[in-house]
Amino acid sequence: MKMILAIIKPQKLEEVRQELVKLGIEGLTSSEVSGFGRQKGHTEIYRGAEYDISFVPKLKIELAVTDEQVEPTVEAIKSAANTNKIGDGKIFVYDLTQAIRIRTGESGEEAL
Amino acid sequence: MKTKIKNVINLMFITTPMLLISGIALADDKKPVLDTGDTAWLLTSTVIVLLMTIPGIALFYGGMVRKRNILATLMQSFTITCLVTVIWMVLGYSLAFSKGASSFVGNLDLAFLSHLTVEAINGTIPDSVFVIFQATFAIITAALITGAVAERMKFSALLLFIGLWSIIVYSPITYWVWGGGFLGSDGVLDFAGGTVVHINSGVAALVAAVMIGKRKGFGTENLAPHNVALTMIGGSLLWVGWFGFNAGSALGANGTAGMAMAVTQIAAAVAGLSWMFIEWVHNGKPTLLGVVSGAVGGLVAITPAAGFVSPAGAFFIGLVAGAVCYWGAAILKPMLGYDDSLDVFAVHGLGGITGAILTGVFAVEAIGGTAGALEGNSAQIVIQLKGIVATILWSGIASAVILFVIDKVIGLRVDADAEAEGLDINQHGERIN
Repeated sequence: MKMILAIIKPQKLEEVRQELVKLGIEGLTSSEVSGFGRQKGHTEIYRGAEYDISFVPKLKIELAVTDEQVEPTVEAIKSAANTNKIGDGKIFVYDLTQAIRIRTGESGEEAL
Repeated sequence: MKTKIKNVINLMFITTPMLLISGIALADDKKPVLDTGDTAWLLTSTVIVLLMTIPGIALFYGGMVRKRNILATLMQSFTITCLVTVIWMVLGYSLAFSKGASSFVGNLDLAFLSHLTVEAINGTIPDSVFVIFQATFAIITAALITGAVAERMKFSALLLFIGLWSIIVYSPITYWVWGGGFLGSDGVLDFAGGTVVHINSGVAALVAAVMIGKRKGFGTENLAPHNVALTMIGGSLLWVGWFGFNAGSALGANGTAGMAMAVTQIAAAVAGLSWMFIEWVHNGKPTLLGVVSGAVGGLVAITPAAGFVSPAGAFFIGLVAGAVCYWGAAILKPMLGYDDSLDVFAVHGLGGITGAILTGVFAVEAIGGTAGALEGNSAQIVIQLKGIVATILWSGIASAVILFVIDKVIGLRVDADAEAEGLDINQHGERIN
């Protein structure tokens, strides 16, 4: 099992979700986050007062998948979240040691 | 309003000898008569001018502070509404409008409003309505100042300052212009309070901003407005209420009120566009905060002029006001380095000065009874400048003295930790979730 964590542009969430559902992914978690990378921030000006906003709003999505699903999932996120502009985000994949469904107590891949 | 009083006085002087000659009993003709139309309009105006402060100013300012200070900011406007009303009832109105011998300040004859009766009439409206209409002006003038000291002033110090300021600064200056004092009798034109309300509060705000010092992180941290949407709602309530402010200051439902309404709408609209386009060229983007601020600047500038100028005059007043107020906030303030947090001086001080001077330029004799420089009466500009200078001096000096004393006694600002925590939790024990 693998955990996939992706930082994407907020407006790309729905497209990413649709692609993942097509692959049979049954759940994901998203959170509003802010951070900076190569995109850097932007400037806001209020009545002439300039503020550099270094932390850009992004969405973090997290989902647990079976080993076989890793490659198609990464591909789906990569294509759906791509605008070909700086700031599209990143995908991280790491090992997942255990998963448990709270209601039934199922564990491992059955719980995904 | 001044012109109205002048007309009444003129009428009395002209008609009295005639009546004496013709032998008609004076009492019947001189008895003031209540006009229901005028009364209805002034009742309405009073209500919407109150709306300018709560929730108008409260939201206008509340949106511009950081989230941790919004409740404190709303609370300042609301509490000032309560506090100034009480002061107005006890002695503020009397100091501003009683007919004393002094040309500087009224007396205490009308303290506690003990003179008010159901029958008492002021012009063509009940005296009770006039008193409360004027109370809403006293309230908003005090509430405007809070923008300069936002996010760092102790609530206790603020209440003390506003209470003393209303008595020592607002009432006398109102008396000078509208209560029978020296500026009114000198011919200073201030239809609805460009001098009394806006220059007065703007100058006090600048003094307060300088004396209390900059906010922690000014110029280094992000102090951006937390919700410009609230500011837009507040600004819109101000615009709507301003019809009560300006057209209400005609003290009647008549042609002067109508013309005041027309020029108010025009000046606000032109000034909103004026600020927005200048900002667009200067910074690359037109902002909501900018267009709303510009409109408020235009409303400020048309305030002294409303009963005296034509629509064309209003157009130019709005155009200049949008530019001047933008310059004050975006260029003058950073150049001098003071932290007038919500630009009270730029919008109300400079907007008020612009309006007061341009009233002397654009006044039309056929509209308000006084000609301005464009009609050949350039002396009016000098008279207007006299009103501006007198107001700046008294408001500036008296505000500084009051603030100095309060600072020595209880201190003006919260400590650095409280400021970082935010006034909502620190001063009031509440927060928005």
